[in-house]
Amino acid sequence: MPEDIISLIQESVIQGRITKDDEGMDEGMIGQPGVTELVERAPASGLSIQNIITKGLSGGMNIVGQKFEAGEYFIPDMLASAEAVSAAMKILQPRFAASNIKTKGTIIVATVKDDLHDIGKNIVSILLRGAGYTVKDLGNNIDTQVIVDAVREEKPQFLGLSALLTSTMARMADVIQMLEENGLRDQVKIIVGGAPVSEEFAKSIGADGYGADGFQAIAVVEDLASGTES
Amino acid sequence: MPREGILVDRPYERLTREQVELIHQVSMQILTDPGLISFNREAVDILHSHGAAVESIAGDHQSWQVKIPEQLVLKALDTAPRIVKLGARNPDNTLIMHGDEPRVYFITGSETNIWLDVDFPIYVSKADPTREIRVPEFKPRRGTVDDLCQSAHVCEHLEMADGYIRTVNIQDRDITEDNKDVNKFFASLNNNTKHFMSGLTSLKQLDNVVRMAELVAGGKKALEDNPIISFITCLVKSPLQFVDDTTATFIEVCRRGLPVAVSSSPQAGTTAPIKEAGIIAQINAEVLAGITLGQLVKPGTPVLYGSVPVRARMDTLGDSYGSVETSQYNIDCVQMARFYGIPNYSTSGVCDTKIPGQQSSIERLFSDIVVAMSGPQYLHCAFGLLDCNSVFCLLQAVLDDAHFKMIKFFLRQPRIDQPEMEAVLKQIRAVVTTPQKLYIGYIRPLLRSGEISGIYPFEGSGETDDVFELAYERMKELLARPVEHIDRETTSRIFEEIPGILPRLNIYERGS
Amino acid sequence: MKGGVSVSKDIIATIKENVIQGRKTQEDVGIDDSLAGTAGVVELTQQALGKNISPQVIITDGLTAGMQVVGERFSTKEYFIPDMLASAEAVGAAMDIMKPALESANVETKGKFAIATVKGDIHDIGKNIVAILLKGSGYEVHDLGIDVPTEKVVEFVREEKPGYLGLSALLTTTMTEMGVVIKALEENKLRSSVKVLIGGAAVSEEFAQEIGADAYCVDAFDAVRVLEGY
Ligand code: B12
Ligand code: B12
Repeated sequence: MPEDIISLIQESVIQGRITKDDEGMDEGMIGQPGVTELVERAPASGLSIQNIITKGLSGGMNIVGQKFEAGEYFIPDMLASAEAVSAAMKILQPRFAASNIKTKGTIIVATVKDDLHDIGKNIVSILLRGAGYTVKDLGNNIDTQVIVDAVREEKPQFLGLSALLTSTMARMADVIQMLEENGLRDQVKIIVGGAPVSEEFAKSIGADGYGADGFQAIAVVEDLASGTES
Repeated sequence: MPREGILVDRPYERLTREQVELIHQVSMQILTDPGLISFNREAVDILHSHGAAVESIAGDHQSWQVKIPEQLVLKALDTAPRIVKLGARNPDNTLIMHGDEPRVYFITGSETNIWLDVDFPIYVSKADPTREIRVPEFKPRRGTVDDLCQSAHVCEHLEMADGYIRTVNIQDRDITEDNKDVNKFFASLNNNTKHFMSGLTSLKQLDNVVRMAELVAGGKKALEDNPIISFITCLVKSPLQFVDDTTATFIEVCRRGLPVAVSSSPQAGTTAPIKEAGIIAQINAEVLAGITLGQLVKPGTPVLYGSVPVRARMDTLGDSYGSVETSQYNIDCVQMARFYGIPNYSTSGVCDTKIPGQQSSIERLFSDIVVAMSGPQYLHCAFGLLDCNSVFCLLQAVLDDAHFKMIKFFLRQPRIDQPEMEAVLKQIRAVVTTPQKLYIGYIRPLLRSGEISGIYPFEGSGETDDVFELAYERMKELLARPVEHIDRETTSRIFEEIPGILPRLNIYERGS
Repeated sequence: MKGGVSVSKDIIATIKENVIQGRKTQEDVGIDDSLAGTAGVVELTQQALGKNISPQVIITDGLTAGMQVVGERFSTKEYFIPDMLASAEAVGAAMDIMKPALESANVETKGKFAIATVKGDIHDIGKNIVAILLKGSGYEVHDLGIDVPTEKVVEFVREEKPGYLGLSALLTTTMTEMGVVIKALEENKLRSSVKVLIGGAAVSEEFAQEIGADAYCVDAFDAVRVLEGY
């Protein structure tokens, strides 16, 4: 019975169905429970939060990743699945403390001051949430000061900055400098991205990582996370 | 279930109604003065017995001046079917053409002498010997029966190819005028289950190929109901002449009631006036004369209004299919045919250049798009043809298939109606309230429904152009995919009853 | 007499100019309308003969010199085939006019050229171009027409003794007819009396060799070149 629920959770992640009203990928799914209904029900049937996350949600996401690589899934499919995972995580969040589980960590993301581009940043947020991170999205056109304040208050493990204009790229350096001035630089890993940004640029401003797309964003964060632990 | 083709809801037209009527009037005037010169006696007799004025012309070859009155043409247009069905070995590949419905079918063509092989030799950079690139090289050679089999095979799997016209002229040593027709028909029918259209090399072979079609279709009656083959005859030689042998073939095909494209291919500048008004009035007269003859031979026999107008190339006076005017002429003819309500056979996609590449892509795509937009029912020539129709390249045909997919997608009708509007209004209102303001979630239900066009299938990666290589891979893939051949029993009956088919074409007897 | 020389020079120069313009008669417009309404090559040739200018001079300094310029303009792509043909037709018409004069002056023409599209084949655009251009190059061209039976070709060679025979075929099924003609010429012991040139989209250099023709020509200019070589 619990096994059944795990595979149902997996399936709803693969289908990208958040609630019972979602269509999903295949036909005839409407009406069947989505990932939120399943996750709400799961602890009652004796499933540990750990299992729900690793076997159900991450297990589902793994399959989605494989389908994407095989060309069977497209980005919109991937995003739907990621959103399903993040909806499930939201429900599970209050129980983390109780069950003493370490979440994968918190990430603050923002598009820098004077830059209104946010499609890429939003995709990155959704995918990171889907990968199990707690993402706090500050939005776009965000003051350097606001970003620094958020780091001070929220104490995230990661900070993701996005910039799409060559004229706003420099704001990323400003953020890093102000974090240093405020003695906050060491407590957060900074990753940057956006079309004009490059690996070299990331190094030159002293960021910890660069992601060319949403999938790299996850990979870089995971790398940095394991680096932190060791 | 016939093939769908693509219905062009609001076809592109160049001519106003007044212009169409004016062309019709002038065509009628042309048919009475100067009229037509016929080198074929029987055609003269038939037309004469129905009221055409006939006068013998002195000269080496017997010929007659024939003046066709308008009533005769109008009567023929009355008996010519508005709907022509082109059957297929696989009934799912049937084509139904309504003269007044601009539903486009994309079909291959036509008989080129040269087959273009492709190879990808590796070149090393002089500046950087570690850098290697593969460059496509094209090698022309004369076409063979084997090539025809390959072409029919690949075209069977080309999703957009709605029908098949033999793409290559078979010139093997053991092919003669007497066995050419049976071999080209067999090679094509055996490797392709779509409708097959062809010209006839020798009238003597007509009964043999019709018999072959009967055997494949399952009998005389079956062929009548499901005409898996049709013919194209260039009975007209521009300006305004009925050729002796092709007219004889045309008359015999009409007698048998099989569908036939009445085709004329005037060249603006040499065999027709260079001006649009002139070539259209002339070709229209020529095609109507052919249709009239056909309907007099057998009222109600299915005909296609076959128009292959081209402009001359000014440096060779060969056909310039790549010229912009060629597309204009074809579009005008499509409109004329629709005016008469007769399904149209038109041409696009042939390029002037000799090899696939930039020029080829631009020339063919240009005419493919604009002519398709005008809504011809039978759009021929479109796959793989190069060098003003002298060269066929299978790789190019594979590329063309991808491009037709884009064109077909483009021609779909927009869906804008009340329920659709209500749905999108709901979407808009929902999305703007979300923090991310993205509609991505709404893509999904459409992603696999065919409602979103695909990425270009031969897109390479990085800074190299891999289109040819990827298309070549695709071509090999399609060649490796099996086709449904004619069954063993029918094959042996065909070989027993019909003389002249090369034994090596019998897949069941190979190697023995 | 002094004036006579300059008049003859004027007429010849005007003939040349009209050849370049491709103006056969007074009615022709030419390439631009600078000469519209003035005498064309035909009228000018008649005038020149009337003034007792020798046909030799008309040909070399007027017609051929004009064609030379036309050829150059064609190779620099300033002229197109229709221009070339108009000029060749003008020259051809002038040659017709001068025929009696040439015969009585015992001037040798470049030779007789018979041309035909073979039996079963009705394509004639290419053949006609060849005929016009050769006529314009000074050959006495006899066009036997299309779909010409082998016997008729042989008979013509026997009776009229042309130095050259051109055969055209556009179909792979009719090109073999060329071999048949050559065989028939051999059987009638006429083969050595005539050079056989073949052309048309279906044929090739190899095919010409195979059937024992003297030359294969890709186009009409090639035919001119080949004949000049004999
Ligand atoms: C869409 C778009 C817009 C939209 C933005 C809509 C929106 N909601 O974001 C609109 C129309 C509003 C817009 C406006 C402008 N734009 Co604009 N825009 C674009 C465009 C076409 C696509 C950007 C995009 O969304 N890409 C798709 C997403 C999925 O990709 P992405 O953003 O690169 O994100 C991916 C990765 O980069 C990475 N990533 C991104 N961020 C992050 C962050 C982290 C932490 C990590 C790890 C990874 C990561 O992962 C993402 C997912 O795979 C680009 C062209 C381009 N080639 O990028 C121009 C472009 C960026 N825009 C440009 C310009 C000039 C402008 C304007 C100034 C135009 C004007 N004159 O008004 C304004 C700027 C307004 C402003 N102040 O910001 C120029 C910038 C040139 C330059 N000087 O740098 C570009 C390059 C276009 C061009 N070639 O001219 N634009
Ligand atoms: C125009 C044309 C026609 C016109 C002919 C009009 C006319 N007045 O000639 C019409 C529409 C009537 C026609 C009919 C047919 N045609 Co047709 N036609 C063509 C086309 C498109 C162009 C030929 C042409 O005029 N080219 C322009 C001229 C300027 O070039 P050219 O002829 O090659 O001549 C030049 C050189 O070759 C050379 N040359 C030529 N002859 C000679 C001779 C000598 C002595 C020399 C020195 C040089 C020389 O100099 C010329 C000038 O530069 C060709 C395609 C092609 N690529 O050739 C098909 C083509 C030749 N036709 C073809 C076919 C199949 C036919 C038909 C059988 C169709 C049918 N099913 O009814 C009938 C034939 C009927 C018959 N019994 O002959 C096929 C032949 C395939 C094969 N089996 O060999 C071709 C190749 C088209 C194709 N790809 O399908 N055709």
